[in-house]
Amino acid sequence: MINSIYQLINPHFFSIAYSNIDFNKNVIVRPTYMSICQADQRYYRGTRDAEVLQKKLPMALIHEACGEVVYDSSNTFKVGQNVIMIPNIPGNSPEHIYENYSKSAKFMSSNVDGFMREFVNLPASQLVQFNNIKPNIAAICELISVGTHAAFRFNKAAHEKREIIGIWGDGSVSYILSCILKEMFPNSKIIVIGKDIRKLSCFSFVYKTYLGSNLPENFTVDHAFECAGGEGSYFAIDDIIKYIEPQGTVMLLGVSENKVAINTRNVLEKGLSFIGCSRSGRADFENAINLLQKKDFQNRLCTIVNEEAPVCNIDDIHRVFKKDSENLFKTVFRWSV
Amino acid sequence: MIFGAILAGGIGKRMNIADLPKQFLLLDNKPIIIHTIEKFLIVNRFDKIYIGVHSDWIQYMNDLIEKYNLDKTKLVVVAGGKDRSDTILNIITAIKNSFPDNKEDVIVTHDSVRPFVTKRIIDDNIDAAIKYGACDTVVSSADTIVVSNNNDTITDIPNRNFMYQGQTPQSFKLDLLLDSYKRLTDAEKDILTDACKVCVMKGVAVKLVMGEYSNFKITTINDYKVAQAMVGGKKLD
Repeated sequence: MINSIYQLINPHFFSIAYSNIDFNKNVIVRPTYMSICQADQRYYRGTRDAEVLQKKLPMALIHEACGEVVYDSSNTFKVGQNVIMIPNIPGNSPEHIYENYSKSAKFMSSNVDGFMREFVNLPASQLVQFNNIKPNIAAICELISVGTHAAFRFNKAAHEKREIIGIWGDGSVSYILSCILKEMFPNSKIIVIGKDIRKLSCFSFVYKTYLGSNLPENFTVDHAFECAGGEGSYFAIDDIIKYIEPQGTVMLLGVSENKVAINTRNVLEKGLSFIGCSRSGRADFENAINLLQKKDFQNRLCTIVNEEAPVCNIDDIHRVFKKDSENLFKTVFRWSV
Repeated sequence: MIFGAILAGGIGKRMNIADLPKQFLLLDNKPIIIHTIEKFLIVNRFDKIYIGVHSDWIQYMNDLIEKYNLDKTKLVVVAGGKDRSDTILNIITAIKNSFPDNKEDVIVTHDSVRPFVTKRIIDDNIDAAIKYGACDTVVSSADTIVVSNNNDTITDIPNRNFMYQGQTPQSFKLDLLLDSYKRLTDAEKDILTDACKVCVMKGVAVKLVMGEYSNFKITTINDYKVAQAMVGGKKLD
């Protein structure tokens, strides 16, 4: 069967490539809902290094999506089953390495085509079935799994005093992580530190929110998550080092294009631990889907999802990428090409 | 019920490159018609997919279905007719023999040599046929259309805003198509090259469904080369 692949060939330019899908290999999935990640936006707008763009394009974008099984020669899934597609393609890694950190792992919409295709063929191991989740929320499951991955590693690494957990950043990652931590650590006080009062006002379920420029003198946290990313990484990490209690654990989730200076003197003095978190593996997706079975959890996520009109052609792809720049949090859309 | 009807009755004379009818030529190591059938098979709204093949090539077609391990429970191969309309009629007859009494049945007819058809186009066809009774897949005409009644000088240049190029699928409520066809005179039947024209000639409204320029018909050597170039692009997975 000939498949249509919607590839970004240059920033702001899409073209359709065609390739044959072998009908008797893997599971064939029709993507139904997709969500735009900042990484996709950076490719779309061309804000990555020219050298990186030259190397990676043409490439289909989008690594957050759910779909429906339309054909499965392995009989693992029934036709019509809703599934989340896992963009991480595990390589061969030793057992002590999580699959998303394997040197030989690949990531769809980073080193190989993402989900903007008429059909996606994946091995059953890269699909997780779901029921009772709205598809426009299921579309952001990848980002939720990044949060469950970070929370899981935090739980393994951080000391037991978890009275106050600070989250720096007020974007989608921060919001989703706040939801996860509230579920996983109900006795902890979640405090979010951001810079946009409109966004912070959405965090109605956390203990407190603060503007970064307005933190009280005696402010302190036991552990911290850095979700600012970009130019904000430096200021967030610097604040965290200043306000965190000794021997706290700092989880780093924000992606920075540039190197970030770190006040190592105070890191040493406080005996802090820094753990970098990126992407996620199958177990994290399964944990995310389990969390989504809780109505409160799913309902909270509804408030940050902006569903745009369905995408039927390349003009519509441009439309949703432009709208995404105006939306405060996540942009999702039905994939109807 | 919803039926697919893949039209492969031709024997490929226009291509003039091989004894093999064009629908059986390989595109990325797979016959063109197999690509087309697979695209229909993946649309699970179809109850059955009929394939109208020239009688000399029925065994060949059945062997291909076996070779490519296609879902035989969904596929029915029938003999094509002397022309396109005849092939459609043969398929309708076969459907009526097996599933006689459903007035709401829909048939989605499609050229076997349009393998670039998309799921969206097929779904839109099914929806439009259910809602309007008949539909045709079209794209806006990129070129100006020139009419010449004497094949020598221009008779008219119609406003391009109202000009479309017809593609397939063409889809219908099965009984509506059959009734319209039965009401054609022999003279009308003789000039018939298009299933939608049956409806138009009998005053039945035919809804337009937007196609894609990529959903072209592989008719000439040049088309075949273009199709090969299209699927030979950079693969990233």
